[in-house]
Amino acid sequence: MIESTDVLVIGSGFGGAITAYHLAAGGANVVVLERGPWLAGADFEHDYLLGSSYTRVFDFVAGDGMSVLSGNCVGGGSVVYFAALPRAPRFVFERQGSIGRRMWPASISRETLDPWYDRVSESLQVEQQTWDDVSYAGGLWAAACDHAGRTANPVPVGIDRAKCTNCNWMMAGCRFDAKRSLLFNYLPAALSHGAQIRPLHEVQRISRTDTGYRVHYNLVDEEDYRIHHGGGEIDAAIVVLAAGAGATPVILQRSAEQLGPMPDAVGRYFSGNGERLNTAVVNEQRVREVLGLSRGDGLAYEANQIGKGPMVANWDRLDGSLPEYSRFSLEQLYFPPGLGTILAQAADATGPTWFGVDKKEMLARWKSWLIIFQMTEDDNEGVFGPPPPTGNAYRISQQMLGRGSLRYDPTPNTLRGWAEADAEVKDILERDGLAKVTPWTNDVVGAYTVHPLASCRIGDDPKTSALDDRHELRGHPGIFVTDGSAVPGALTVNPALTISALAERAIPGIVAAARERGVNVEYDGTLPVSSTKTGALS
Amino acid sequence: MAHLNTARTLTLEAFADTIIPGEKRFDDDVAIAGAAPGPGAVAAGAMELLQTPATGVTAGLEHLADALNGHAQAYATELGITLRQPVPPFVELSFADRTALVQRLLTPGHPEKEGWVLLALFSNMAYDSAAHMHTTDAIAAGHPGLLAMGFSKPDVDGLWRFREHSYGRPLARRHPDTTPSGSPA
Repeated sequence: MIESTDVLVIGSGFGGAITAYHLAAGGANVVVLERGPWLAGADFEHDYLLGSSYTRVFDFVAGDGMSVLSGNCVGGGSVVYFAALPRAPRFVFERQGSIGRRMWPASISRETLDPWYDRVSESLQVEQQTWDDVSYAGGLWAAACDHAGRTANPVPVGIDRAKCTNCNWMMAGCRFDAKRSLLFNYLPAALSHGAQIRPLHEVQRISRTDTGYRVHYNLVDEEDYRIHHGGGEIDAAIVVLAAGAGATPVILQRSAEQLGPMPDAVGRYFSGNGERLNTAVVNEQRVREVLGLSRGDGLAYEANQIGKGPMVANWDRLDGSLPEYSRFSLEQLYFPPGLGTILAQAADATGPTWFGVDKKEMLARWKSWLIIFQMTEDDNEGVFGPPPPTGNAYRISQQMLGRGSLRYDPTPNTLRGWAEADAEVKDILERDGLAKVTPWTNDVVGAYTVHPLASCRIGDDPKTSALDDRHELRGHPGIFVTDGSAVPGALTVNPALTISALAERAIPGIVAAARERGVNVEYDGTLPVSSTKTGALS
Repeated sequence: MAHLNTARTLTLEAFADTIIPGEKRFDDDVAIAGAAPGPGAVAAGAMELLQTPATGVTAGLEHLADALNGHAQAYATELGITLRQPVPPFVELSFADRTALVQRLLTPGHPEKEGWVLLALFSNMAYDSAAHMHTTDAIAAGHPGLLAMGFSKPDVDGLWRFREHSYGRPLARRHPDTTPSGSPA
């Protein structure tokens, strides 16, 4: 006999965890299927060895013109992310992109989303950093911005600053329980209300039953994700897809054979959040002379390795009066070796820029690197090709590395935004000889995003949006999408808080749909009691 | 660890040395061109990493080595370079020619680009993240890539903590349109 539940949630990142909590708290039976492993606390290692937590919880899917980084574990992106939690600026909700009309549903603006932002900010315990929290790298970026007549803000974060050791191993999961991932709030709260979370369950497709939907999954080997050990099915009245913008549309594409045609926008309009990275190699002497910075131990900077992801952002170009594609934020960021070094290009190289003699010399100055993350407005030009046989990629390595079907050919609008952002970073950091700056190359794995969005988006226009403004999949009532794929387009800032706010906002509608299908569930809006213990989760 | 014959090993070492070049290990080292001072990707463990099956490239190494030599032979013919040494064609190329050929193979649009990107990626990772070793072991052993980059040592429990981490003073004006919650307006 096939197992059944009221609500089946696919994925345990922001979109999945928030939904699972509220539905379970309201009285529904909830099962969460997560394709990655379930790690916590001491499982998170400071280790680049293949097979350590770093490669177990992280996914890198190379596409054609775009590579996508995402979480692959219970807690999803919240476990591997850098916990920067700004709200999206007002103008973002008025964007038209390339469709000649407002991309966002008429019912959503910054004003209407602010109450939902407030709720997730409370649950995730978003805090503002003081200048004492800001790492040397963030401080250097702030000082350079100031020197160039710009402003700079410490970014709001979901980090327990008293516990943080500034180890910069956030991408491998936080060993010190300082990052307030979903392992500390929505997920333990969901469990306490009876939700079940099943790791290493990779959903492949959804089919229809007489009364609802059937979700088909494979069991993934805990060490070698290329190996599957059979699978199973679960029936549910309501299915919530929250597998991430790199995976949700792929599951729906694969389901079309049984479910019937998908809206055109499933697997289209993908946005990489307009992301791009620059690496500056800092002139230590000029940092001391021009900016007056000193660590007090004889060093001016040499602190690339120290910190906690993004610390300080420049928001001067988040100006709604500027034309679309000219607005962006510039955020200091740490990327670890490997993913954070391979694409950096040596300035003034006589030969190849990203490998070879000049690159080796650049690596010798790694301590003096400052990485600037640009979040611009792209053109939603990503399109997913036919799905691979399983998952969202042909897995190459036992963990982490795969080849996906996403194709992304940046339009002149996107290229213009990147060029303007590059020029702005150069103007700030090359001023008075502070540094040499180069963008990461797009020639190796295409562009590069840690914030995939919009591949199954909400909107008012059925032609250009897969979901209505309640996050229900058009033509498939009872299927909802609450992850980053629902966000209509690039946000010009880190998207986690917006994804979470949208998920919170979608809950009353999902509860109503569940009740229509006979599920005994209420929505009372109670927020999870934050837990500082991960014991309940492991 | 998968077994490769000497010719293929030399070929892949020469490729890794093109990605992160280093000094020769011994006087008649043919694989390493000696194009840069200090150890490079090979000394950092590129062959160990490439032969770790978890990478997913190990099974394809023989094919990649043979294909690389095929490209090297064609490149030599095209440029009128006569190959005479009893070493594989790619190994016999000068560092400048190895680099020029590898650049061609890694250029967007090359039909085999993805395979060469993987080889380049893991060659690089052997040097800059020592992904074939526990990072604490790599640091303790003086891993040449991490050492050259100045990757700091962990605390005695093998975890990194930076007690001194901040200049500790305001260094810029806040954006005037920042909301009370610290976000852009």
